[in-house]
Amino acid sequence: MSMSDSLVSCGHLDPVIAQGSTQCREARPCIHKASQRMSSDLGSGPPSSCMHIQWDLKGKTKLSLNQHSYSEMLYEHNSRDQELVRLTELITQLLVELNHSLTSVIPESALLILIGWILGGIIYGADKMQTFTLTPTVFFFYLLPQVILDAGYFMPNKLFFSNMGAILVYAVIGTCWNAATVGLGLWGCWLGGAMGDIDIGLLQFLLFGSLIAAVDPVAVIAVFEEVHVNEVLFIMVFGESLLNDGVTVVLFNVFDAFVSLGGAEIDAVEIIKGIISFFVVAFGGSLVGIIFALLISLLTRCTKNIQIIEPGFIFILGYLSYLTAEMLSLSAILSIVFCGICCQKYINANMDERSVTTVRYVMKVFANGSETIIFVFLGISAIDPAVWVWNTGFILLTLLFIFVFRFIGVFLLTWILNKYRLVPLEFIDQVVMSYGGLRGAVAYGLVAMLDENKFKEKNLMVSTTLIVVYFTVMLQGITMKPLVTWLKVKRAAVTELTLAEKIQNRTFDHMLVAIEDISGQIGHNYMRDKWHNFEERWLCWFLMKPSARKSRDYIFNIFHQLNLKDAMSYVKEGERRGSLAFVRNETKADVDFNKKFRASFSEIMPDIMADNMGPDHVPLSSILQDIVPSVCLVMHEQDLTMRESEDFNAHHLLQQHLYRGRKQHRHRYSRSHLETNRDENEVQEIFQRTMRSRLESFKSAKMGVAPAKKIQTKHQKKDKPQKMPNGNSSDKSKNHPYGDKGTCSLLFTSLLHYMKWLTRPPQLRGHQPPVVCIIIQSHSKAISGICLILENRLD
Amino acid sequence: MGSTNSTLSKIPNVEELMQETGFTPAHIVRLYDRFEALDKEKTGHLRPQDFGAINRLAMNPIGDRIIGAFFSPGQETVDFHSFVRILAHFRPADKKRPKDPSMPEPVNSRTSKLKYPPLVFSLISVAFQLYDQDKDGKISRAELLQVLRSMLEMQVTEEQLESIADRTIQEADLDKDDAISFEEFRKSLEKVNIDHKMSIRFLR
Repeated sequence: MSMSDSLVSCGHLDPVIAQGSTQCREARPCIHKASQRMSSDLGSGPPSSCMHIQWDLKGKTKLSLNQHSYSEMLYEHNSRDQELVRLTELITQLLVELNHSLTSVIPESALLILIGWILGGIIYGADKMQTFTLTPTVFFFYLLPQVILDAGYFMPNKLFFSNMGAILVYAVIGTCWNAATVGLGLWGCWLGGAMGDIDIGLLQFLLFGSLIAAVDPVAVIAVFEEVHVNEVLFIMVFGESLLNDGVTVVLFNVFDAFVSLGGAEIDAVEIIKGIISFFVVAFGGSLVGIIFALLISLLTRCTKNIQIIEPGFIFILGYLSYLTAEMLSLSAILSIVFCGICCQKYINANMDERSVTTVRYVMKVFANGSETIIFVFLGISAIDPAVWVWNTGFILLTLLFIFVFRFIGVFLLTWILNKYRLVPLEFIDQVVMSYGGLRGAVAYGLVAMLDENKFKEKNLMVSTTLIVVYFTVMLQGITMKPLVTWLKVKRAAVTELTLAEKIQNRTFDHMLVAIEDISGQIGHNYMRDKWHNFEERWLCWFLMKPSARKSRDYIFNIFHQLNLKDAMSYVKEGERRGSLAFVRNETKADVDFNKKFRASFSEIMPDIMADNMGPDHVPLSSILQDIVPSVCLVMHEQDLTMRESEDFNAHHLLQQHLYRGRKQHRHRYSRSHLETNRDENEVQEIFQRTMRSRLESFKSAKMGVAPAKKIQTKHQKKDKPQKMPNGNSSDKSKNHPYGDKGTCSLLFTSLLHYMKWLTRPPQLRGHQPPVVCIIIQSHSKAISGICLILENRLD
Repeated sequence: MGSTNSTLSKIPNVEELMQETGFTPAHIVRLYDRFEALDKEKTGHLRPQDFGAINRLAMNPIGDRIIGAFFSPGQETVDFHSFVRILAHFRPADKKRPKDPSMPEPVNSRTSKLKYPPLVFSLISVAFQLYDQDKDGKISRAELLQVLRSMLEMQVTEEQLESIADRTIQEADLDKDDAISFEEFRKSLEKVNIDHKMSIRFLR
């Protein structure tokens, strides 16, 4: 593809116009010849099929084309074009926003296409020809990269790489299968005469098959936004749609070259060259992406003093990776995908929090914008009689074949894959995967790039592609959700669940998650561990800022050293006093982190400071938490009777306040939603409570009866289970399943792990001071006890 | 596969285990790898702190109770067989497995621990044990309060908590003894499609 602008204009005009009259609308430019001449003038590659005429929005005098240089015209047209595009986008976004309920039934992409049709109709009606179409250049260079970069940057890496094998199988083998079967099927039917008389050959059918076979990432995301499927299924379809570009590009170019050569010249050598070119293109593209990811990571490592423009680098380098791969004739989509995938982790660690937020939001903005424009233009492009050639047989057969062969292909491949997978893909998953193979703008872009001279039936192909895209996006998009609901296991009656059921449902959810964690959902893999070690040692050292690295390791080390030091000092103290019984009676062990470590680690330990402490040495934030009222209770009590209100309140409380737990079936990637922080706060809270309860049980087990001094705060009053009036507190130690030693080691290990977890990306930490200060400050006796035991064990 | 067989031979009584639980050799190997990964000191037994090392369990409100469920009362360690047996409870009931009358019924289709008639879902018994910490066969109000406490956010006050617990017991308690017995528990869950919920797919 060339970089030339596709806005060319025609030299053939009405003589009336040439004389500078005011009526511009009747101009009928000649499409093919002009574009050819223009492109040869400008020295560009394959010509585009579109034509643009300057359309003055305000209806002023149309300038005579003959009297202006091309560049001026292009410039003016460009700006008008942009105006219209922006206007379009604004309107569509507004319209779509107004109708949230509508979008849950009809996917946004379908609505956008509809709007595109309407707009196209307006433009056509006003101008008597289609001024705006989706040109390959605009699409491939200005609209697509953002979408793909967004997909790569937000890709859930773990999920992606653990399913990589299956994704590759679908992407490579599946696409080849689709291309071959569709192409050959159509060829067979043409030979059989089902399509009438068209000037086409086997190679052209194969080429058409290859470009229509590819599942489109833009369309897939747009539809799967609404349909919530489980993660594995989602990543399969999504990953496949991204990675199949490697195959599509190769097949397209190979068959394009074959068509140019003519059928006679093709021999084994050419075919082998074709196969080799696949490997070169695919791996080369990925390599370019990875190189750029390295560049970006290194760059963010050095940008401490220019944080304000850090976000810009990400976008520029991402786009650069796309262009570089394109320039080297490698797969550009693969390049930008891998760039996004590989650099996520390092740039999130290196960059300032605000830059990271900026990057995330801007990327979503660009991606959403591009997607909107793409679909609207897909709609507009249809309203152009010049490109429509109707051939019932061709079109219907294409639709049939892509549908049927997709199903067959997916089921076949899944059957083979299930023999090697530990988690088999079920029937319903396969159905959704087959049905979700949507074609979209990429296919249209590719078909619009074809050369009319070589492909006499180009318009037929364009029309067919458009119809296929509409069919899949609109029909399959709309019916996907009902299909999924219909196929799912029979649901329980949708009656109001009782309280017990609600609670139990949630308990089961938590149980499920816990068992998954215990049994290790993603198994321990030799290769994965090796990679992990390599990455921790070398890559992080190379690519991450020293301070980012430090915060991952050093706080952990601090804590460890701290405890050892304290343990040693207590042992010494105990030796001096003759026994260790003093530990029990000590009112407060003063562990002043500030004094000890402020100098070396001040930048990393901002929160473990007394500034955040309230009067009782309990972090203020925890006290503040209590003050948040449950407003709803008060509001409704007046309306309902006593009993009803109790009932209502109870249900409402449960609704509001039950911990949600980790959702199995949550969409990990979303075009329009950035992950909110609620989960992380919830997780922190649960973690704190678990730690505290473990500590409590350890303490009560170790110290016998309730400890001498307990810090009474409002916060603690809530945490009452151990103080139930039925005198069970002393039974706690008996009931405790872990036993003494078990608990303390458990506690210590958990605390260490918590510290490690705590020092992960700053976003997770939030604004709450880490629990370790609560625990250490108020239960330092316990900690010392732990250290003692540890010290004993170390000897 | 070669590695499967060699690992399988390391596990004692693996045939019996497979029959009893219904896991395939590949699964058993995977669980064994996981067991070994958790058992950092290579003692052949898991202790509570090994479970505690699983970071994500601490982020689970009932994580500690689940850990407790692995350890029978009085036991301090869990060996591989018990580990697998307990996990077998969570396999979805496989309707397609041929019912061979000569084989003992697989673990996950009966409640082995209680003297109740065989139920389809022994998951319910595991869940019941989560609530019933003192193992008296009933969920008392206090025990229910504890579980509720752990599953609700901090903002909920004690009074609200108690009212929820009261209402729950009222709904489920049929014989009015202010506690939920196993039967009542099971009845209250009739509408919940447990098998569907608890289908941990990779344990199939």
